[in-house]
Amino acid sequence: MTSGNPTASPSANTRVPWFRRVWAHGDRLYQILLLLASAAVVVLVCAVAYELWANSALSRLAFGWRFLVTTAWDPALTKTFGALPFILGTLITSAIALIVAVPLGVGTAIFLAEVSPDWLSRPLGFLAELLAAVPSVVYGLWGLFVFIPAFVRPLAKMLERGLGFLPLFDGPVYGPSRLAAGLVLAIMVFPTITAVSRDVFRAIPGGQREAAMAMGATRWEMIWKVLIPYGTSGFLGAIILGLGRALGETIAVTMVIGNNLDLTASLLHPGYTMASIIANEFTEATFDLYVHALIEIGLILFGMTLLINLVARLLIWRVSLRSRTEVRA
Amino acid sequence: MIASGRSRLRLRRSINSGMLVLTAVCTLLVVAPLLWILGYVVREGLPALSPEFFTSLPTPVGVAGGGIANALVGSLMTVGLATIIAGPIGILAGMYAASHAESPLGTAIRFSTDIISGVPSIVIGIFAYTIVVLPQRHFSAFSGAVALSFIMLPTIIRTTEEMVRLVPTSLREGALALGAAEWKTSFSVMLPAALNGLLTGVMLAVARAAGEAAPMLFTAFGNPFMNGRFDQPTATLPHLIYVYAVSPYEDWHAKAWATALVLITLVLVLNVTARLFVWWRARKIGALR
Amino acid sequence: MQSPFTVRHQNTEDPAGSNLRRTKAEARNLSVFYRGFRAIAEVQLPVYERKITAIIGPSGCGKSTLLRAFNRMNDLVNGSRIEGQIFLDDQPVYDRNVDVVDLRRRIGMVFQRPNPFPKSTFENVAFGPRLYGATRRAELEEAVEKSLRQAALWDEVKDKLHQSALSLSGGQQQRLCIARAIAVEPEVILMDEPAAALDPISTLRIEELMHDLVKQYTIVIVTHNMQQAARVSNLTAMMMIDERRAGRVIEFDATNSIFTNPKDKRTEDYVTGRFG
Repeated sequence: MTSGNPTASPSANTRVPWFRRVWAHGDRLYQILLLLASAAVVVLVCAVAYELWANSALSRLAFGWRFLVTTAWDPALTKTFGALPFILGTLITSAIALIVAVPLGVGTAIFLAEVSPDWLSRPLGFLAELLAAVPSVVYGLWGLFVFIPAFVRPLAKMLERGLGFLPLFDGPVYGPSRLAAGLVLAIMVFPTITAVSRDVFRAIPGGQREAAMAMGATRWEMIWKVLIPYGTSGFLGAIILGLGRALGETIAVTMVIGNNLDLTASLLHPGYTMASIIANEFTEATFDLYVHALIEIGLILFGMTLLINLVARLLIWRVSLRSRTEVRA
Repeated sequence: MIASGRSRLRLRRSINSGMLVLTAVCTLLVVAPLLWILGYVVREGLPALSPEFFTSLPTPVGVAGGGIANALVGSLMTVGLATIIAGPIGILAGMYAASHAESPLGTAIRFSTDIISGVPSIVIGIFAYTIVVLPQRHFSAFSGAVALSFIMLPTIIRTTEEMVRLVPTSLREGALALGAAEWKTSFSVMLPAALNGLLTGVMLAVARAAGEAAPMLFTAFGNPFMNGRFDQPTATLPHLIYVYAVSPYEDWHAKAWATALVLITLVLVLNVTARLFVWWRARKIGALR
Repeated sequence: MQSPFTVRHQNTEDPAGSNLRRTKAEARNLSVFYRGFRAIAEVQLPVYERKITAIIGPSGCGKSTLLRAFNRMNDLVNGSRIEGQIFLDDQPVYDRNVDVVDLRRRIGMVFQRPNPFPKSTFENVAFGPRLYGATRRAELEEAVEKSLRQAALWDEVKDKLHQSALSLSGGQQQRLCIARAIAVEPEVILMDEPAAALDPISTLRIEELMHDLVKQYTIVIVTHNMQQAARVSNLTAMMMIDERRAGRVIEFDATNSIFTNPKDKRTEDYVTGRFG
């Protein structure tokens, strides 16, 4: 039907007007539309990368690789820009988020997939998924007016009193801080880590559970010594997907981190992340180099999340591959 | 063996119960913030809600009354236009990925979808800024819609692909064997069979886009007035919450909570409906088999 | 206080050809329900020490359910319930005082599909001993070697003990699973169609292995393969579903009687291939 030369068709008894043959009853048009839409999606990814690259040229030319390792951010006088404080801010808040969210998220996945009865795990899993649906700005609002005064401040005070000699917990205590941003991020990545880990548990063949239980393992020993090692790369994938979400989260972080160019290591001080500096200063950027510097931060963020998502997909894909080879007997 | 075996068994049993209880505690801690957030949004937001809140424009600080009509209309416009852009592209690409799963382009679509869904929304905002706002030299509702349409694409593509795959091949082959052209088969047989699924995908995408504030900062930009034009800046619900929340004014904070209640209700209703659709569809397919 | 892996309570050897049978385990009037549906009904079945008891019957007749009742694996299925009782050494198995974990150490199990853990061969076999508190390397190595020898796998894997068990062939994987089960020195081994997923040569090796193992262990095997039952077992129980779809043991006897001189017409039809 799609042969290159429609006039070569000699079948006389199925004669149709030439234009219908050429368009194959409309299928040619349909296929072109399909291809166009599909190509658009692929082109889009390249376009994002290109636009970020092209629109950060001034900054890339002016500062080169130093942009990544210098701390100067002075749009007013010297007009020099360095992204290090924001990169560190992003890494620190994401690290706090993961330290809190990984044990809780994986623990929840264990409970939902392996411990609780079906009638309980269904509604609970549903609630955990709704957590993912809450808009980020609502997390920010709640974080700013409820979570910080009710939880983060008292916690920060305690940390300062007990561990204040460490640079990490240096005072004075502010409300909005890297700690607050990290904890809000933790709540926001719970659903990702929980949902993906639960799927990993579900992908583990039942034979593994039976083998462990039949040897007299307790349920926890089965989970800890058989299921978790079996799914390790899948859980890593879940964690990395969570990290990807934490790195790029913008509005909620901007609302609770305090937005301050603070160069100390203290978690209790306000700070900045890559996403929050863009959110905060983009519309105030008055000259091209300033805008390009902000877009370059966006480019770095894009590169980081791209890499992280690729690694996560690879790891999750490996678990499903293993489940398949395992039953090849 | 008996003595040491018994005490060791007891120890293993206590570790077992202890850890299992701990996982239940984890679950509680994960679910608790949701209830905490919902409770607070309702408590703080409900008192400020009134019919007038939905129909009037914002008033200057300190002037009583005022509402979010501009943001409601702005959200409707941007999300609506984004759906019109992303819907057809996403559905077509999803159908292609479902029917050409193994082809290079099919793989490329799935790969690109994964990548787009991982790109931070603020970066998508920058992208929309460089391709729409920069050439036009002004912020606009249209640029906001472009940003939102990119955010919606992955969800639409993925659900379309999954749902079209669920349609039995016999249905498709049956239509083709009757002499229906491929596009007719797709639109009159495959799509109706997968319709619930597609609606689900679009609803989830709308829910996500409706809550995005970050890309609106420098695309739709915000606007205290209503003009209903796509070439002018406009307010949206999430952006308005952000602006009001970080302001120093008490009455703006109250309006932020009320708007959050409106937004979260909208988003959760869309999500729950979408899930009910999936559940209903799964039951229908289960009954067929 | 010695670890369980250094001492085996060797009883007196079985007098060859003797009819002396000691009942190791026994199902008495056992019914198993899944969500109210009765899967097996009023089963009476003695399991004799150091004999191979085969359970045969058409598919869906509750063979596996009966087998899994012995080590209480059915407990893991939501909504399962039993009536009647199973005894192990005259002690009730379904009893509040019974520790299921300990019970499953005494009754090992091998499954239809080989299900090694994705760890090394060594770690697979050492899994059980580690659970029960063996930590010293020498102790573990001894237990692993002994179990692998008993499972007739030692010579094939001794040079690659620390490679992934998944690189073994299907038949080797199944023998590894047997080695893993006997590493905790169980008294009874339950085998749920252990050769169903294997090629004929691997199947033969498993059957030879069972002949060796029965000198030390009591074995119960579920199989849909009648030739296999006839080849390996000493005693055979024939199961069939009744009119209410509950599985029942309709005949239990020495294997050669079942296959040469069945008392029940349905057994005769089944073993001669006129049924199922």
